[in-house]
Amino acid sequence: MSLPDSYLDYSRRRKGYDHDLYRWSNIHTREPVRWPGDASVAVFVCVSLEWFPILPVDEPFRAPGHMVTPYPDYRHYTARDYGNRVGVFRMLEAFARAGVTVSFAVNALVAERYPELIDTVKAGGHEIIAHSTDMNGTIDSSLSESDERALVGDALNRLEAATGVKPEGWLSVARSQSWRTADLLKEHGLAYCCDWVNDELPWRFANGLINLPLSVDLSDRQIVAVQQHSAEAWAQMMRDAFDWLAAESVAQSSARVLPMQLTPYIMGQPFRIDALQTLLVELAARKEAWFASGNAIVKSWAAQS
Amino acid sequence: MNENAPDPALYDYHPYKDRQKIVWPGGKTCAVWVAPNLEYYEIDPPTNPHRKPWARPHPDVVGYSYRDHSNRVSHWRMADVMEQHGFPGSVSLSVALCQHHPEVVADGAARGWEFFSHGIYNTRYSYGMDVAQERAIIEDSIRTVREATGQTIRGWLAPALTHTPRTLDLLAEYGLDYTCDLYHDDQLQEVKVTSGKLASIPYSLEVNDHYGFNVYGMSGREYADCLIRQFERLASEGEYSGTVMCIPLHGYLIGQPHRIGPFAEALRHIAADPRCWQAKAGEIVDAWRDRANNPSPHVEGKR
Repeated sequence: MSLPDSYLDYSRRRKGYDHDLYRWSNIHTREPVRWPGDASVAVFVCVSLEWFPILPVDEPFRAPGHMVTPYPDYRHYTARDYGNRVGVFRMLEAFARAGVTVSFAVNALVAERYPELIDTVKAGGHEIIAHSTDMNGTIDSSLSESDERALVGDALNRLEAATGVKPEGWLSVARSQSWRTADLLKEHGLAYCCDWVNDELPWRFANGLINLPLSVDLSDRQIVAVQQHSAEAWAQMMRDAFDWLAAESVAQSSARVLPMQLTPYIMGQPFRIDALQTLLVELAARKEAWFASGNAIVKSWAAQS
Repeated sequence: MNENAPDPALYDYHPYKDRQKIVWPGGKTCAVWVAPNLEYYEIDPPTNPHRKPWARPHPDVVGYSYRDHSNRVSHWRMADVMEQHGFPGSVSLSVALCQHHPEVVADGAARGWEFFSHGIYNTRYSYGMDVAQERAIIEDSIRTVREATGQTIRGWLAPALTHTPRTLDLLAEYGLDYTCDLYHDDQLQEVKVTSGKLASIPYSLEVNDHYGFNVYGMSGREYADCLIRQFERLASEGEYSGTVMCIPLHGYLIGQPHRIGPFAEALRHIAADPRCWQAKAGEIVDAWRDRANNPSPHVEGKR
């Protein structure tokens, strides 16, 4: 099939990006950033609390981790729910033992269904950020503006009603946004989202919303579930990342963020949880480390940027 | 190539035994070149009927921002580690990066890197192009890199590895010296073209960081071990006739904080080996072309 000559038109070939959502900048030459206590690496642990309806929807798309077999998919429904019943409590214990504060990205339906879990998260002093309504609440540009606005509003209202906390952060399912999402999140009063993985420090969209990058490549889903490494190999990668960032921070006199996304049904398994707990205890003892919620990191960054 | 024939007739068969002996400058046995891909992926490219640019409706936030990491963070991390261990870059360049982020291109140029073309964008595919359109992207590449760096490109890696049956002939016609698009050998080989000469220089899919991490799912440490094993074998075989090892990279992959440390250790190991010739692609092509004028004093290579 031949191509029209318009295929060789490059109307957005210009200095800077081919979009106006945010501006380019080089992390290595930015104004230095410092964290409280002059820690060099902010460790941003973000736990996803997900509820997968046994009736998946494929519009806009089926979320990663969703149902696989013909109905009724007891296997995946229950294996995911294991995370909310068991795995996450192991993680909460590990956080308490390491003395660290983290963020929980929570489907509104998880908060409505499992109030005891939310109470434990809050009692641990952790942050709750919004993570859509449930794992059917996906977003991309095929969603109409009114449907997307309704989804974001519904997720935020129900999460706040169920937790008593107004969330300041947002994580989209599979980090998938439409062209409108950043504006809709801003319109709903959110301070930050975690969907764009292009940086290792927070940055601002043109509309003022902040993005706190939450790496896919450093997530337990990518390393353990997709690439099929052991929890111990995952922990070694986190140590390698922490050591590199700590050294880079000293060399460049500017702090860094190490994002660590955790999934209760993955890293909360009995044979994996020790690797997580050992790593957290070890890193928390490092003088370079500042374990902080997303909100705390964003606030610290915004005060100096 | 032989269009629409079962055998594309890209090159002659040339068994990996009893080949002419090649000795790299300084008596080295393995020419090691590092090929950082400096790319620009568009957030909302037009659709080519032969290939969809993104898996998800635009904007594919993860796909786009994953690659944007190179141009904000990881390019410099990768480049610093290469420089620290004496490896220059031979850059596979989305030439529109010269417009979007000239800072990244200037950084490579300042480090003495060589640039070749990887198309205009990695989201504009050659599939379906007619000869005039394909000439236009080659001419655009030559002009754009010359304006940005003063260099005249000598090589090509097709954008997103998309070709037409005419690509290799056109490259030779425009005077380019090498292509990175063929994966049939661990030594340079002559490509059959309708006019001029074109060398196929070993690039690599198998030790490309994209394959290492996103096809084979290696850890950074496993990938570093794989590079060392690749080098050890090729350096040893190069005693018989000089071999080529390419390390194709993407900042957004190798420059992640959990991978860059082990990668630096692999470069340290390879650079310290006296059999390693740290070279740029053009230097390797020139040394290989010169072998006819400066025949090796050694006997024919045997294995």
